[in-house]
Amino acid sequence: MNDGETLGDRTSAEKTTARVVVIGVGNLYRRDDAAGLLVAQRLRQEAPGHVTVMELEGEPTALLEVWKDARAVVLIDAVFSGAEAGTIHRLDAQAGAIPQELFRYSTHAVSVAEAIELARALGQLPPKLVVYGIEGKDFSAGVGLSPEVEGRLAELTERVLQELLDATEAEA
Amino acid sequence: MKNRTIKVDALARVEGEGGLYVKMRGDTVVDVKLRIYEPPRFFEAFLRGRDFREPVDITARICGICPIAYQMSAAQAMERICRVKVEGQLRALRRLIYCGEWIESHALHVYLLHAPDFLGYESAIHLAQDHPDIVKRALELKKIGNELMILLGGREVHPINLRVGGFYWVPTRKDLEPLVEKLKWAREAALETVRLVATFPFPDFEQDYEFVALRHPDEYAITEGRLVSNKGLDIDISEYDEHFVEEHAQHSTSLRSHIKERGAYFVGPLARYSLNFDKLSPLAQQAAREAGLGPVCRNPFKSIIVRSVETVYACEEALRIIEEYEMPDKPAVEVQPRAGTGFGCTEAPRGILYHRYTIDIDGIILDAKIVAPTSQNQEIIESDVDYFVRQNATLPDDKLTWLCEQAIRNYDPCISCSCHFLRLHIERE
Repeated sequence: MNDGETLGDRTSAEKTTARVVVIGVGNLYRRDDAAGLLVAQRLRQEAPGHVTVMELEGEPTALLEVWKDARAVVLIDAVFSGAEAGTIHRLDAQAGAIPQELFRYSTHAVSVAEAIELARALGQLPPKLVVYGIEGKDFSAGVGLSPEVEGRLAELTERVLQELLDATEAEA
Repeated sequence: MKNRTIKVDALARVEGEGGLYVKMRGDTVVDVKLRIYEPPRFFEAFLRGRDFREPVDITARICGICPIAYQMSAAQAMERICRVKVEGQLRALRRLIYCGEWIESHALHVYLLHAPDFLGYESAIHLAQDHPDIVKRALELKKIGNELMILLGGREVHPINLRVGGFYWVPTRKDLEPLVEKLKWAREAALETVRLVATFPFPDFEQDYEFVALRHPDEYAITEGRLVSNKGLDIDISEYDEHFVEEHAQHSTSLRSHIKERGAYFVGPLARYSLNFDKLSPLAQQAAREAGLGPVCRNPFKSIIVRSVETVYACEEALRIIEEYEMPDKPAVEVQPRAGTGFGCTEAPRGILYHRYTIDIDGIILDAKIVAPTSQNQEIIESDVDYFVRQNATLPDDKLTWLCEQAIRNYDPCISCSCHFLRLHIERE
């Protein structure tokens, strides 16, 4: 752990200096697209104090900015690949290119997958960047998850939590 | 006659996901439709029955790129109903945060979305592989826009510090100071950007557009003004619904706007620039001239130059506002609800964003109407693509598809504002 950095900051004020960061990405008003944000909200209660929890919309430069100084990042987003709704995907950015078609539902022109590839092209990928994608079904305008996604949120939160603990151990 | 069919399943590098359908018989264009599938009125329905203070935060969620535009149009409409004027330094701060939004949005579009078209790259990722310095400059420029939004808005996506009547919190002069050097750098970077994009190859393409933008007697209009056009329109924003009409097109669930008397119209940087060139700063005007632009620009491909010029202006304007800033006594003007209907219209990076609300005496929203820039440009985009395809009908399919996408990206369409999920189909029979 690095001395002098602001630890345990779990407000929405985005700290870019944190070493272990978990980022929920999505849009609260796009039904299943909110899944990443909702997991991040749960993690605000459950994640270890030194982990910075952020909720972002997937805006690429904000992501790149956060990644630049982070040692380990876990990112959670809803995806759409044609798999069964609620399926949890785990992707390691360091292991290779992230399939672009998974993240079609970005509200931004540059999706999470493109942001990752952009960071890779610029040599700005953090040493560890793991993406958890949960397969969504309904991305229409509105609030409320589909039952298949809702039913997997607790498990997804658990898995991310474990990932964060592993990352923290690796840091120590 | 030889019939061909082209289908393309993704329209890359527009905000949200966009779709275009072009039908050709031989080399003749039969039909051009921009398809938008989103059920359009979720947010308007969502707002009914809510408190008049809420749209500022709720509508910010419609778009992650231009939340300030939504917040400002909503706040302005409510203030108009409640007969409140936000003036002086509070008004200046609103203009300042809006400059931040222009900088970040324009930097994103110019470099990451639009420039790859002209430089022959499939995407910004490919551009970054060959020209990391250009992309890094883009990201730095965008970041400075974001920093303005974070400082004044609380955060850059869906800012939380704006409200009807002003802000929840206002900065001291000292809070703004660290931005000065950054904005000076940004101004230089924006000038560099103008010089860079001016060297791009531009197709010789113009139409006789009706440009519509806000115009203000004292400034390059961003947060307020009268609605004017180059074909005689000159109205208060409260008269919007008398002159503009929205209709459902069969192929799209998004609404398409046109001027009742004349039809399609054009909003966004090209319209603003061409109607308000005289209100740009001398530096921005000079940059435009050096880039080969006159006071009117009708080539939508050159919108990349105009966005860059507007970025120069936004940096300068932000510096001016900071220089003249004095912390106001109160972060907001007190606002009490009144029954009535009010209108808000501001210049989102992509063009005018119109809000209309009716509230009752307790401030409960009875009716809401939001018209995003992209739905206003939809007919013009279709007409550009139609014209462009006709001019280039003999090109092979892949080249034609590329050009069509480019013709759409000229408008920086924020399809996530007007809709969400679209695809592209170009079909030759």
